[in-house]
Amino acid sequence: MSATARDLYQELLVEHGRHPRNFGLLPSANRSAEGSNPLCGDELVVRLRVRDGRIEEIAFQGQGCAVSIASASMMTEAVKGLAAGEIEALQQRVSALVSGAAEGSLGELSSLSGVSRFPTRVKCALLAWRALDAAISGAPGTVSTEL
Amino acid sequence: MIDVRGEFPALAQRVHDRPLVYLDSAATSQKPRAVIDALSRFYSEDNANVHRGVHALAERATAQLEGARAKVQRFIGAARADEIVFVRGVTEAVNLLAHSFGRARVRRGDEILVTALEHHSNLVPWQLLCREAGATLRVAGVDQSGELRLEELSAMLGPRTRLLAATHVSNALGTITPMAQMVELAHARGVPVFIDGAQAAPHLPIDVQRLGCDFYALSAHKMYGPMGIGVLYGRSPLLEELPPWQSGGEMVSAVSFAEASWQKPPHKFEAGTPDAAAAVGLGAAVDWLQALDRDAAAAHERDLLAYGLQLLREIRGLRLLGPLRERVGVLSFTVEGVHPHDVGTVLDLEGVAVRTGHLCAQPLLHRLGVPAVVRASLALYNTRNDLDALAAALRKVRETFA
Repeated sequence: MSATARDLYQELLVEHGRHPRNFGLLPSANRSAEGSNPLCGDELVVRLRVRDGRIEEIAFQGQGCAVSIASASMMTEAVKGLAAGEIEALQQRVSALVSGAAEGSLGELSSLSGVSRFPTRVKCALLAWRALDAAISGAPGTVSTEL
Repeated sequence: MIDVRGEFPALAQRVHDRPLVYLDSAATSQKPRAVIDALSRFYSEDNANVHRGVHALAERATAQLEGARAKVQRFIGAARADEIVFVRGVTEAVNLLAHSFGRARVRRGDEILVTALEHHSNLVPWQLLCREAGATLRVAGVDQSGELRLEELSAMLGPRTRLLAATHVSNALGTITPMAQMVELAHARGVPVFIDGAQAAPHLPIDVQRLGCDFYALSAHKMYGPMGIGVLYGRSPLLEELPPWQSGGEMVSAVSFAEASWQKPPHKFEAGTPDAAAAVGLGAAVDWLQALDRDAAAAHERDLLAYGLQLLREIRGLRLLGPLRERVGVLSFTVEGVHPHDVGTVLDLEGVAVRTGHLCAQPLLHRLGVPAVVRASLALYNTRNDLDALAAALRKVRETFA
């Protein structure tokens, strides 16, 4: 069956895209990283306050399509309070979800499942997650979807 | 009215269970059967390397390549066939000039003048040249509707300006630049002019002698021809003067281990085996265009543009970019509250193919204050039905993101 717009743009995704959570600066941040998708011009900055290996606070800023903004927004809600190892496991499940390698319930993040039918949009969904990964590991510079 | 849709096999398909509505011709046009057949015929019947070999196929292949050159010469009104250099497309034409003209004419402290409407292909090679030569790249600006500020351009033409490199039609907005006036202004100050004709060639009659330009480039794939081939026109005395760019076989007249001498233009600039099949395909595209009733074709394009503008103006939250007059069939816009990428995906699911993003014109869009746009671009095979489908699909965008 042919994909429809609603498969990708599930209501929850659209809602997060329009009204992203934890959007803005985080003055108390002690880690940050930028992510960019040069093909479509999406740019995000993810900022964290990490204490004792756990994310206490997280916020993001930037501009991008509904998929990248919604994924970033849901990510900030999902990872707050998690430790680095837990985040890595979650990131792998999201990556599997949006690339169609696995299904499974991930709460609100499950609304990203439609991305798996749109291969060119997988990068959009993972942009914020790659920036988060870079922020946690302290990698310098900007992470790009094209590297 | 003209009706050529049936001649384009790729248009007769469904995508996402819907009839394909192809509105991305400014990226690349679809190809008529005549062009596809010409490519196939070359490889089926005449394939041989050109300009060497004494056998029958080599002679036929060479005659076909040179025949295509003569067709392009007539198509753009050049005085001589040897003013037509085959290249891969406008990008390669600009790189050729940046290297060859740059080496011959551009020194420390000199200036190259471009406009804010340029595609990256007519910008980045000049940036590199200026950096290497110690020259300065200057940019004549546009107003908010994307029309060139002619007075600004005029003021920037100075004693150190070595070249004006400007587009004939903006790929992002469809703006037709006042090229005759620009050439006149530049020549009044002794500045030669290169014109990027990639977006003009499929829409406007081109006459390089009437324009009076020194160089003109076009890409076949945007004017119903094959990918990978295009043309750099250069006035004969300039091509004679300029040094070669790429070197190797085909472009030399005599070679020793110590040195070589060059062929005359255009072969001096055509090192290596050319894509002869594609050149023949370009010739077929020129034949196809010239067999059309050009007045009817122009009227068809004007009608589509006016109809498209009218339909898009009726859509709530849609902001059209670009000038109100002097434009070709390019409809660039943004939809309030929806990222162009998302617009593009919803349109695709409705079978409507458009371009989204920065359109390889990042500095221009930045100046207009938009990071990305949606571009629907028209060609002779489009119909009012295609535009109705675009408008319906845009209403779907609003529903999806309501």
